[in-house]
Amino acid sequence: MFAANQRLIDKTKKEERFKAALSTLTVGIFLPALIIVGWLFVKGAPALSWDFLLQDPIRGMTAGGIFPTIIGTMWLVTICVLISAPLGILAAIYLSEYAPDNLSTRIIRLCILNLAGVPSIVHALFGLGAFVLFLRMGTSILAASCTLAVMNLPVIITSTLESLQAVPRSFREASWNVGASKLQTIRHIVLPNSIPGILTGMVFAVSRAAGETAAILFTGVAFYLPFLPVNVFEQCMSLSMHLFTISTQVVGVPEAYPYATALVLIMMVLIVNSISVAMRWYFRSRRKW
Amino acid sequence: MDKVQVLPMTQAKAKPVRRNQRPWSERIIEGLIKAGGMSGIIFVVGILIFILRESAGFLFGKFDFMEFFASGNWVPASVEKIEYGTLALLAGTMSVTIVSMVIAVPVGLACAFYISEFCPPRLRETYKILIEFLAAIPSVVWGFIAIVIINPLLIDVFQIPSGLNIMNAAIILALMSLPLIVSIGEDALRAVPESYREAAEAMGATKWEIATRVLLPAAKNGLMAAALLGVGRALGETMAVLMATGHSIRFPTSVFDPVRTLTATIAAELGEAPKGGDHYQSLFAIGLYLFILSFVINILADRLVRGKRLK
Repeated sequence: MFAANQRLIDKTKKEERFKAALSTLTVGIFLPALIIVGWLFVKGAPALSWDFLLQDPIRGMTAGGIFPTIIGTMWLVTICVLISAPLGILAAIYLSEYAPDNLSTRIIRLCILNLAGVPSIVHALFGLGAFVLFLRMGTSILAASCTLAVMNLPVIITSTLESLQAVPRSFREASWNVGASKLQTIRHIVLPNSIPGILTGMVFAVSRAAGETAAILFTGVAFYLPFLPVNVFEQCMSLSMHLFTISTQVVGVPEAYPYATALVLIMMVLIVNSISVAMRWYFRSRRKW
Repeated sequence: MDKVQVLPMTQAKAKPVRRNQRPWSERIIEGLIKAGGMSGIIFVVGILIFILRESAGFLFGKFDFMEFFASGNWVPASVEKIEYGTLALLAGTMSVTIVSMVIAVPVGLACAFYISEFCPPRLRETYKILIEFLAAIPSVVWGFIAIVIINPLLIDVFQIPSGLNIMNAAIILALMSLPLIVSIGEDALRAVPESYREAAEAMGATKWEIATRVLLPAAKNGLMAAALLGVGRALGETMAVLMATGHSIRFPTSVFDPVRTLTATIAAELGEAPKGGDHYQSLFAIGLYLFILSFVINILADRLVRGKRLK
């Protein structure tokens, strides 16, 4: 009854070709990226061993292991989260629950957006000027972590804000209607319901902080230290900085050594990131509304 | 729910609970929350102030407007004539950014179209996770990849003496900014109301027609914002570019020339510059320059996204 006319057939063909081209393109983008990461695995895996993970670097960083760099990175990430998490959550609560819809709120949002876009090396300059010199922290774990914390603040604010806003307004209204104050509502209704989302964002921030290099370059990380840091006022080594050092600054490093370091760094970041993705899935499936 | 005050009607009328009668602990916490809310502004202003403070000596001393912006000679350690011209560095930054965006923007937006409009839901979830993983790879690892993988590859394919050049950095930056462009582009496409698609479909439009004639105009601003944010990312990237561009301050004439970018200059020279000296302060001035550049780009992107929302 309806004979397909030539124009329609052409159209359908064109459509098929368009779709095929796009899907090839998308695969074509992700495939090289996967191959590159796979290549790191292939080249780095042979050098990976418990000794590599648990020994100090020796002979001018051309042999030995990466133990102090892993410890240093953990120091930096922990302090960074301890600083940025409370601040970020407070800021998100303000924006979600208190901020009136006016110019000053608009400026705050714009500032957070800008903070997220500031180049990491500019954060390093800020960290050097503000924390190292002005607040006299010196080049220390504390100064580096503060710099990382400022850098991560927009990430934490954005993800926390998202999960606070995901709590339905009716929950809040029900709480206000039984006479709870704004703060009581936040404490007993809004926060408990958005904790999963907040945690997920936090984990994501951890993975970002662990890989950052430029921001800690001049604020607290040393090329090489013969001892482990014992408090936050000392310098430390970091995995990301170590990879930069042995792949560009040190001569005579065996080939597999930087590959293995890159592999450890990437594994660390990807594992933490997977935890964040898994948490999001788990909590989404259990959500009550 | 232990502290919820329940007041009988009569009592409530007699003694209304006024704002300032709430317990002091509550007021302190609310004060903290409000202070926390200001942290965004405080840090942005703080960055500006502290970078200005460190570069003040240079800005009000040796700083020469024409030299800083229009001279290509960055020779802070020269014996004869010290010059602080950033034009060649800007050319480096721009060339790397432009080449990387020529690669990443069309490809990224096409990916966004595919993932948002054509992809089966299950595959879409997979792609989204892949995008997140790609975005999570640290920039120093990308720099390492530039040195050990892209570098020999470029030497082999194009028969050039060194693979550390604009092309290398552009490829790396394209890979790094793709996740951002794809995910923001996808958000922009998802934000187009479903009714637009349905209306077009009801009129017999194919997916291709919907994509080009309905979605593209409707999501234009969001897609442009995605591209702009990609530019911002490329402009501000430091470690990967430092490792991939091959360190040579000059005006590039081809994509296989090594260059030096604004960001890489700070990272490479700050450690060696004597603290408080002109060279040291001039690097902070470059930081200020970068800060303003990124500020402008971010505000533009925000305006684009917002313009769409208001319509």
